[in-house]
Order: sequence, then C-alpha cells, then structure tokens
Amino acid sequence: MLTLTCPYCGVAADETELAAGGEAHLKRFGPGSTDAEFDTYMFARENPKGVHFERWRHAYGCGKWFLAARDTNTLEVFGTYPAQSSAPPQHIRDAITAKRPGWTWRDFA
Amino acid sequence: MKRYSVFAVAREALRNHMGWERAWRSPAPKVRYDAIIVGAGGHGLATAYYLGKNHGIRNVAILEKGWLGGGNTGRNTTIIRSNYLQDSSAAIYEKARSLYETLSQDLNYNVMFSPRGVMMLAQTQHEIRGYKRTAHANALQGVETEFIGPGRVKELCPIIHIDGPRYPVLGALWQPRGGTARHDAVAWGYARACSDMGMDIIQQCEVTAVHQADGKVTGVSTTKGEIACDRLGIVVAGHSGVLANMAGFRLPIESLCLQALVSEPIKPCMDVVVMANTVHGYMSQSDKGDMVIGGGTDGFNNYTQRGSFHHIEETVRALIETFPMISRLKMLRQWGGIVDMTGDRSPIISKTPLGNTYINCGWGTGGFKAIPGSGWAMADLMAKGEPGPLAEEFSMYRFREGKFIDESVAAGVAH
Ligand SMILES: Cc1cc2nc3c(=O)[nH]c(=O)nc-3n(C[C@H](O)[C@H](O)[C@H](O)COP(=O)(O)OP(=O)(O)OC[C@H]3O[C@@H](n4cnc5c(N)ncnc54)[C@H](O)[C@@H]3O)c2cc1C
Ligand SMILES: [Zn+2]
Repeated sequence: MLTLTCPYCGVAADETELAAGGEAHLKRFGPGSTDAEFDTYMFARENPKGVHFERWRHAYGCGKWFLAARDTNTLEVFGTYPAQSSAPPQHIRDAITAKRPGWTWRDFA
Repeated sequence: MKRYSVFAVAREALRNHMGWERAWRSPAPKVRYDAIIVGAGGHGLATAYYLGKNHGIRNVAILEKGWLGGGNTGRNTTIIRSNYLQDSSAAIYEKARSLYETLSQDLNYNVMFSPRGVMMLAQTQHEIRGYKRTAHANALQGVETEFIGPGRVKELCPIIHIDGPRYPVLGALWQPRGGTARHDAVAWGYARACSDMGMDIIQQCEVTAVHQADGKVTGVSTTKGEIACDRLGIVVAGHSGVLANMAGFRLPIESLCLQALVSEPIKPCMDVVVMANTVHGYMSQSDKGDMVIGGGTDGFNNYTQRGSFHHIEETVRALIETFPMISRLKMLRQWGGIVDMTGDRSPIISKTPLGNTYINCGWGTGGFKAIPGSGWAMADLMAKGEPGPLAEEFSMYRFREGKFIDESVAAGVAH
C-alpha cells in the first residue's frame, strides 16, 4: 500500500487515510485569461510515466493539504512538503536527482 | 490465409492438426509505410483493419511495445453496451455494438459475441430518475433499452439479493442486446485480418520518438530502428500522455489503474451482465464459468498495472451484498490496467497539433465495447484527414471550446 508522510503531523499515512488531489503546482487562470491559458490550466495534464508532483490531503488525519513527489511508474515516494510551496524545495529535488539523474517536470529540474 | 470453417476443423482433425497456419505474420519493419499505428490493442488493430477494408490503405504498420492485445484490451471485463446519454456517445457506441453482432463473420474469427443482456441497477432514487432519462434518450437515439422494475430484475438474474438493507434494488436500465465478447479474440481476429491484407504487425517494438518536419510527422524511432511514415495514428490508451509528449503536445488525460478479478469456475448461475454503480461493482459469468468482477480505479496517477488492495476489498464487499451466494467463492486472479481518463469521461478521436498525426484515446474504463466503432471512425479520420460524423464531436479541442460530452454524470464508473 502507498504510504506518504504528512509534512504537518509527521504521520506515515497509508493510502486509505489520504485523498488524492491530482497534479500539483498548477497556475490558476481565471477571468481575463486567454482561452488557451484557461484550457491548459483547467484540462491539460503532464501525466508523466516517472517523476510526478501531486496534491494529497491527509483526509482521515489532520485534514490538511500537502504536496508529494512520486514516481508514477514505480510508486516510489521521493518526499512530501507543505502545500504552501510554489515550487518543489531543494531537498526534494536533490532526493529525486539522487535516484533519477536528469529528471525534468514542466520547468522544474 | 486459409479460412476457418467447420470443414477446416474436420480436415485438420483427420491430419492431427498439422495444417493450421500462423494467424499472423511477424515481419521485420519496412523503411517506410503510408500509415503507422502505434499500439496493437483493439482500437489500434481495428483502425488498421478499417483503413484497409473501407479505404484501401494497406501499406500499414502497427507497432506494439509488448505483445498484441496485452494492454487494456486483454485486461478488461468485456462488457458491451451502448446505453449512453449523449447523442454523440450513443452513435459511436451503438455503431460499435452493431458491428459486434456480425464481427465473427466479418473477420472469419469467432469473437464469441454474446448479447446476453446488460442491466445497470438503480439503487437510489437519483439513479431511477437518471436511468429513466437515459432510457428515454435511448428511445430517441434508436438504441433499444428499457427501465425495468425489481421484479423483472430478480426474474432475469435470480441470484441477486434485491432487498438489501442499505441499497435495495429499485429497478434497472436493461439493454437486451448488450453483453460480452472474448477480449483476446477481438484483438486476434483483427490482427489476423490485418496481416492477411498485407499489413505488418510488429511486436516488441516500442516507439521512443516522433519525428517531424514543417509541422508534419515524418516518422518514428523505435526499439527496432527508424521507420518513416506519411500518417501517424497514436492509439496507446494509458500511454497517450507519453506519446503526446514525444509529438510535442499535452492532453486532457490522466492515467489511472483500474482493477479486475476472476473467481474459480463454477456451474452456470448468471446469464446476464449486472452493473451496480452505486455500490461500485459489476459482475458477469464467463463461458468457462468464472465470475468476472470489475471494481474501482485508484485515485492517483499510476502506470503500474497492479492496483491498490483496498479497492478489491471494497468491490468484493459490495458484490457480496448484492450476490450473497458468492460469499465463499475463491478468487483466482487479480490484475490492473492503465486507463486513460478525460474530464468528461468521453473519448478523443482527433487531429492533433502535429500535422498528419491523429490520436484515439480517452476510452478510460469503458472502451472495449467501442473497439469496432472507434476503429471505423479513426480510419475515416486518418484516411481523409478530417473527422466524419462519428468522430467530429470527439475532438481533443472540445475542452477549450466547452463542448463537453458529459458522460461522467451518466456513467461515472468503471464499465
Ligand atoms: C480492469 C479493466 C476493466 C475494463 N472493463 C471494461 C468493460 O467491461 N467494458 C469495456 O467496454 N471496457 C472496459 N475496459 C476498458 C477497455 O479495456 C479499454 O478502453 C480498451 O481496451 C482500450 O483499448 P486500446 O486498444 O485503446 O488500448 P490497449 O489495449 O491498452 O492498447 C494500447 C497498446 O499500446 C501499446 N503501447 C503503449 N505505448 C507504446 C509505445 N511507446 N510503442 C508501441 N506501443 C505502445 C501498449 O503496449 C498496448 O498494447 C476495462 C479496462 C480495464 C483496465
Ligand atoms: Zn497530517
């Protein structure tokens, strides 16, 4: 079973305790944006086979949203970090680089 | 190709079955093809078949990274129905269902289509209303369905427990000409027919890059070398995002793992397909006697073809309440497939930002039933460069334009 550590309460939470929230670091485009911007924000997804950043909620724990870096092909977890981060923190990027040298995801590397 | 027939069986019986030919050739790739199709699942093979049959385009290669039919086509629970809500869905699913009726004769390959009837249980007041609405929509679309009461449900499927404490069966949407087919046979039948038309099915051949010049596709790199083409069809289900990335665009798709399981074989006890969407489980009995059970998808992006264990528990729990007699049945096997989910739960058959490149994907949890119709529509698109009436609403640009084909409300469940 997939286990993620909640960055707030430090609990190693099983998948059954969590709710998946889809792709992370989406930049929101609302009224006044172009159709293309809105379409990309709303629907287009990276959906990679490999390193992925995503949102999770500790639904049956502290209830808070957090972010996780994970490999969608091996289910390996590289780390979790607070939802307030607009980009993956350096220690998370380093943890990924150690295992997946040369990785990229959108503009992050 | 030698045709299969009762005479062929008799002839081979007399000579110890030494005269059967291989069903398809396994050639080395040529340098160039008029059309390349990536993905030898049902949809890719059907696309190739109708390109040859309906449009006379036969210099075609179908490239498959694993073995043909080894993706979702060989992993699904084979339910075939066309009782969708929206007109464009009903049109393509009913086209597919009606092609299934004569597919065995058309391909000279027994796909074991069994129109035994499909019922979708209504277990809440909302479902009753929803299914009645679908039944009316189907009447207008010319798709034969009917809303039936609990008494009729019990008559058609005696092993159902209709007065469960939490979700009693209140009725069902019944499609008498829905049913099942043998999934492998659908892939194998199309493959044999494609090979017979001179098309090359190349297995163990993964596409690793898509090449372009002047905004148009020129060919692909594969694990078996470079192959040039005039037209490219991407038909790779769960890997659509990966191929789109190679071709330089993004899709409104996420890949999730959907699971299924089968029990030990038992004597015939159920001759219809039952789907219980509220409690999240569905079941039918295969010709071998095993109960074929489908369940839920994991909530997170996943390419592992395994699936989370607690979903099996949820599915089995729901089905034991609906069919108490299976409570002591042993489960034999469990597996997962990577399904390609769109936001409106409808597929994509579309031109793409790259010239002469077309994509067929987004069938998600329910594309086995659509294989013949989807191949038909995709072949039309690839041959003419423009979508025909079956495909035009399924453009990948419908999300930008707000023209959703919203089936997630009507059928937001694995099927
Ligand atoms: C558990 C489960 C139950 C289901 N139940 C039903 C059901 O009851 N009824 C129903 O209608 N539908 C059902 N479905 C959905 C159905 O299986 C799919 O929609 C359908 O089979 C998709 O067919 P396809 O040909 O598009 O994809 P696939 O059969 O997955 O074929 C795609 C092929 O592309 C290949 N490929 C991927 N990447 C590459 C590459 N880079 N190079 C070369 N080849 C590549 C793959 O190896 C694969 O063989 C179910 C699915 C699952 C997983
Ligand atoms: Zn927590």
